Amino acid sequence: MSYIKPKFQHPNMPKNALGYTVGDYNGAISTLCAGCGHDSISAAIRNACFLSSIPPHRIAKLSGIGCSSKMPTYFLGRSHGFNSVHGRMPSVATGASLANRELTYIGISGDGDTASIGMGQFIHLIRRNVNMTYIVANNGCYGLTKGQDSATADLGAVSKAGNVNPFDGIDLASLAILQGASFVGRSFSGDKEQLEPLIRAAMAHKGFAFIDVVSPCVTFNNHSGSGKSYAETRKALDAMPLDFVPMREEIRTQYEPGTTQGVTLHDGSVIHLHKASNGYKTDDRNAALLSVQEARDEGRLLTGLLYLDPNTQNLAQNLKLASKPLNSLSKDELCPGSRMLDSINQGLR
Amino acid sequence: MKPTDTQNPEYFHKVVDCQYACPAHTPVPLYIRLIAQQRYSDAYLVNWESNVFPGVLGRTCDRPCEPACRRGRIDEEPVAICRLKRVAADNKEDVTARLPKAGPPNGKKIALIGGGPASLTVARDLAPLGYELHLYEGEAKGGGFMRSQIPSFRLPDSVLDEEVGYVLDMGVVSHFNSYINSMNEMLTKGYDAIFVGCGAPRGRDLPKLKGRKEAAAHIHVGIDWLASVAFDHIESIGKRVIVLGGGNTAMDCCRTARRMGGEDVKVIVRSPFAEMKASPWEKEDAVHEGIPIIDNHVPKEFVVKDGKLVGMHFDRVEAVYKDDDSRELVSTGEEPVFYPCDDVLIAIGQENAFPWIEKDSGIRFTSWGTPILNDDDTLQSTRKEVFFGGDSAFGPKNIITAVAHGHKAAVSIDLFCRGKDLEDRPAPMVNLVSQKMGIHEWSYDNDPVNDAREAVPLVELEAALSDRALEVELGFDASSAFVQAARCLNCDAQTVFTASNCIECDACADICPTSCISFVPPAPEEDLRARLTVPATNLEQDIFVSDPLPTARVLVKDEDVCLHCGLCAERCPTSAWDMQMFLYNTTKATPELVEIP
Repeated sequence: MSYIKPKFQHPNMPKNALGYTVGDYNGAISTLCAGCGHDSISAAIRNACFLSSIPPHRIAKLSGIGCSSKMPTYFLGRSHGFNSVHGRMPSVATGASLANRELTYIGISGDGDTASIGMGQFIHLIRRNVNMTYIVANNGCYGLTKGQDSATADLGAVSKAGNVNPFDGIDLASLAILQGASFVGRSFSGDKEQLEPLIRAAMAHKGFAFIDVVSPCVTFNNHSGSGKSYAETRKALDAMPLDFVPMREEIRTQYEPGTTQGVTLHDGSVIHLHKASNGYKTDDRNAALLSVQEARDEGRLLTGLLYLDPNTQNLAQNLKLASKPLNSLSKDELCPGSRMLDSINQGLR
Repeated sequence: MKPTDTQNPEYFHKVVDCQYACPAHTPVPLYIRLIAQQRYSDAYLVNWESNVFPGVLGRTCDRPCEPACRRGRIDEEPVAICRLKRVAADNKEDVTARLPKAGPPNGKKIALIGGGPASLTVARDLAPLGYELHLYEGEAKGGGFMRSQIPSFRLPDSVLDEEVGYVLDMGVVSHFNSYINSMNEMLTKGYDAIFVGCGAPRGRDLPKLKGRKEAAAHIHVGIDWLASVAFDHIESIGKRVIVLGGGNTAMDCCRTARRMGGEDVKVIVRSPFAEMKASPWEKEDAVHEGIPIIDNHVPKEFVVKDGKLVGMHFDRVEAVYKDDDSRELVSTGEEPVFYPCDDVLIAIGQENAFPWIEKDSGIRFTSWGTPILNDDDTLQSTRKEVFFGGDSAFGPKNIITAVAHGHKAAVSIDLFCRGKDLEDRPAPMVNLVSQKMGIHEWSYDNDPVNDAREAVPLVELEAALSDRALEVELGFDASSAFVQAARCLNCDAQTVFTASNCIECDACADICPTSCISFVPPAPEEDLRARLTVPATNLEQDIFVSDPLPTARVLVKDEDVCLHCGLCAERCPTSAWDMQMFLYNTTKATPELVEIP
């Protein structure tokens, strides 16, 4: 019976700048179905945090309800976590980031949690530009309740029960771009080479970073006729590969001139977009929307970094919040005394 | 790199490191599982079929399996394989009824010269086929160097008698106290084949060292002295004893001397301590009995006063290593050191010696004194009906190697007597069976436990030193044996991959606790090894490469530190991975000797 992961690791496991191995970023063993795309996303997040040398205790994982929202248990077992009400993770994330702006927030949601019950909260999270990474594990069905079509199921997709979906699916990436999200990416759970750097870039971004990840449901949505099976997704995949080079790290990989374009993030990290992106401009919102829609019309699934505004102002900056987390403010800072109160009152007269 | 051919049984055989390292290829994980299930008799018979002397080997084996054990690469220490074998032997029921009997006579007669492990293995393998077997032994009992050189405080006579008896009871005609002194005479006796398993009976001496002749009465060649002790020809030794040499025989000599009246016993060896030939545990055992091991001392002279040995002079040296990895012992230039003693035991190696094989017998020898053999598998000499095995074939090795030679020689002799081609050897018996019982259930204990290796408990030192026949090691009790057996990773539960089922969901690569699995573009082996999640730098361990997958990548699994925990197969949605139990039964003259339910 294997519900425990053995403690043994490879003796030559690489260590990051903090001296941790990737195993130190593991969570509990997954109870999702074997082969679930979500587990692969968990592993990509784990690898991304390891590679970016983020101290596990400086990360907070937030989620709602659903297969996707169970995921945080299965990675970063030594980080903070909050498993909230269905579709209400954005409220919790907003509150948490207001209280402590120094943690790295990773929100995990699904197509039901975001595109159905949570749509109202989701759109406001984007509008407010909360500094967090928001990942949707998008499998186009309600796997936890036996695979009914979700709001992101493609038009004409056949469910496992044989029903054809008569509705057009919500394209969360387009929606996020339209609503003004400052970082929008899309990827595929089976393409870690792209997903890992994308997550690393999203975590380095100082604003709301949205990644829509197609994540096949092996149990209810991995058949022919499904728009989001492993095979169908691979067939439609139009991937724009990228690399992420964190600030402080020297750029070791040599690219031939003209084959890549670099985008520098606010903290000095660089995202390298490869040739396959073919002149794609990540800083043009309208062009991004157009490219995504064009690809969709042609039956291609465009993945990669779709839109980025590296100089965005996030919620904490917009609201001119204290630069330190609330829990590190001293009594004197929180309660500056009656003279200060008087002067504030004077200012309001 | 081409996809791995797992149809070749040698691929999976090599994954079972312990079995692969064992010269006789004993299916180690199988018998360890049986011990954990308290099926000691079955565990014993699995051993007996493959290595003939489980009780002996469970106490004395050189255990090449343990340094090979995969557990040693992920944990502090390997599984206590050798001493678990002893647990099976100690706790088994009467197995005599389950042992094979001599087959109906086939009319062929075979002579076996020497009564040690190699000859006894040949006899055991050939008896069920109906061969008439004649075993010639110079001493009064069978066992060869297992009896003459291994002291009874490590190997009780009763254990040896029992296991030698199992073989002789298969209708072997034994001729004890019959030293053979002419091969030509043997060749005229009408045997269809002759097997020579007479060991490497000549202990090396220091004939030219100053004082050797004058002090001869108190200088003994180690193996001869041990034999004299074993057969009760001598009763005592002086109080102060120097043992020269750094091998396992030296360790046996010094520990025996401690029990024969030696109070101040020292081992003095030329090489540095770390490079001594003795197994680390045998050195530990000697040190535990209060015997200092003095290294980097080269014998210079036996010092004789008034016609009597009073001590020895040694030159102090240090090891100097050269670029070609060779080593030279260079004198430090200090004054020679004097160590007083009453007796000296010389245990500096053994040589092959065949004074009884005539030059005109048609059997030719190398310049090293070993017989020229057809090849390492057939063991056939330049006289086609004469075969060699054990130490007499390639020089001094160990019991388990002698057993392995015995198996090969028995196959050769059988093929030879049936007029078949000796090169065309039967294939090993192989089996591969899925272990899947449910989503999280396997029919083997797949969860690697974290327990550490335990040392075998010993009798009180004082009691041990006062009785030469008292076995020092007590052996594991049943509960310790269970814990130690559970440390085995079950490397024979093979990870079998079917590329056509794989949907490349990455679940196996993500879950693998030791990061053995990677999906990468195909490349030559060297590139592949470098590009894995954790680069595969242990070149002694194979990497498995799958057929190309739909995305044109291949799946690569580094076998090096796979825990055989089955998580890859549990997390695989399409059963592209399966855990399958692999049994490899090495080629023997009689393929199946015992039945394990």
